[in-house]
Amino acid sequence: MTTEIRSHAEARHTRADATAALLRELVAHLRKNRTQLREEWARRITESKLLTAMTREEIFAEATSVYDNYVEVLETGSVEALQAYARNLSERIIPRGVETHEVLGIVLLLRDVLARSLFKKYQADFALLNSVLDAYEPAANRIANTVAVGFVQERERIIRQQQEAIRELSTPVLQVRDRLLILPIIGVIDSLRARQLTEQLLRGIRANRAKVVVVDITGVPSVDATVANHLVQTVDASRLMGANVIVTGLSSEIAQTLVTIGVDLSKINAVGDLQGGIEEAERMLGYAVMMPEPPSTEVKA
Amino acid sequence: MRVPILKQSQYLIASIQSALNDEELLQLRDDLARDVGRYRSRGVIIDVTVLDVMDSFAVRTLRAIAHMIRLRGAETVIVGIQAEVAFAMVQLGLTLEDITTALDLEEGLACLNRQVAGARHVQ
Repeated sequence: MTTEIRSHAEARHTRADATAALLRELVAHLRKNRTQLREEWARRITESKLLTAMTREEIFAEATSVYDNYVEVLETGSVEALQAYARNLSERIIPRGVETHEVLGIVLLLRDVLARSLFKKYQADFALLNSVLDAYEPAANRIANTVAVGFVQERERIIRQQQEAIRELSTPVLQVRDRLLILPIIGVIDSLRARQLTEQLLRGIRANRAKVVVVDITGVPSVDATVANHLVQTVDASRLMGANVIVTGLSSEIAQTLVTIGVDLSKINAVGDLQGGIEEAERMLGYAVMMPEPPSTEVKA
Repeated sequence: MRVPILKQSQYLIASIQSALNDEELLQLRDDLARDVGRYRSRGVIIDVTVLDVMDSFAVRTLRAIAHMIRLRGAETVIVGIQAEVAFAMVQLGLTLEDITTALDLEEGLACLNRQVAGARHVQ
């Protein structure tokens, strides 16, 4: 039994040795044919219309780096350097609009180009080809995986960063007079932001004991059914807290859109612009703004 | 626990002290409908400050109370709805359209004063 175990271990050992030897051979082959394979790969990338956002020279430069990294991973078995490179590459190409499928596509293309060159080299000896592929495939899969994961992670990082930025940009609730708040909304409203806005407003109503709120949407580029619905919800929630809402800054285009899509805005008290809204709110609160008497210009005789 | 109903000059104040189950809500409804007549009140304030959840039954019952009290010749104001509760209610479509709401007890009293004074002017 012990001998059996030992022979198993030995077999595993020799297999590992064999794989390492094959990988060494593979690396040598890839190094030797570097120029030709790299060109073949760059050609296939252009042919498949991948990385269209980049110029030919850029594709070739990146292809060279990826190729060298690829060979290095095959040689050392460590993906760390490739990971760092993939992150760096993603950082550079994501802002230029490169898509996930393109990145995955080019790595799979390289995998294909290299596999084909192996087929060609070992076509005479099928058994040897088989064991070369046994050594090559897992490593190649790991590389493809690493690059794809690196790209997606970078993407997610950017998305998180942007969400954070939007959250920081979120709208202030300002008190203009006793019991009167204004909420100037600028930018696109999505569900998350609408929710945040409403929460902020409700907190502001409680903190300032507001009776009237003027919501100004002059800075909102487009209003569709969803946004209108959010607005109605904000108005309703504020009313439940005992505050009246005046919506201002509905442009003629937005008004037309809303009427066309048939949003029920009967609950919304709308006033043309922010100034009008504040004036209306002051009326509701019983304020009266008066001009001071102009100083008399007549000179008494 | 029964909701205490306080008489404050011509108004009644029902100040909810803890979360209510359905039965207690109905009890509140019956008590208020009875007391409005008994004390010839002009207005009712229901203070829901302590409630951190309002389900559809609670909202429906509050609305029923308000309608009932209107039929008995008085006005109802619901005060103290918390921000989170307000938000949740709106999401569920429970908006209490035709019911007067106010921030807190003080506001509710001011609101009733205005409404009752307005009603007098008409008469």
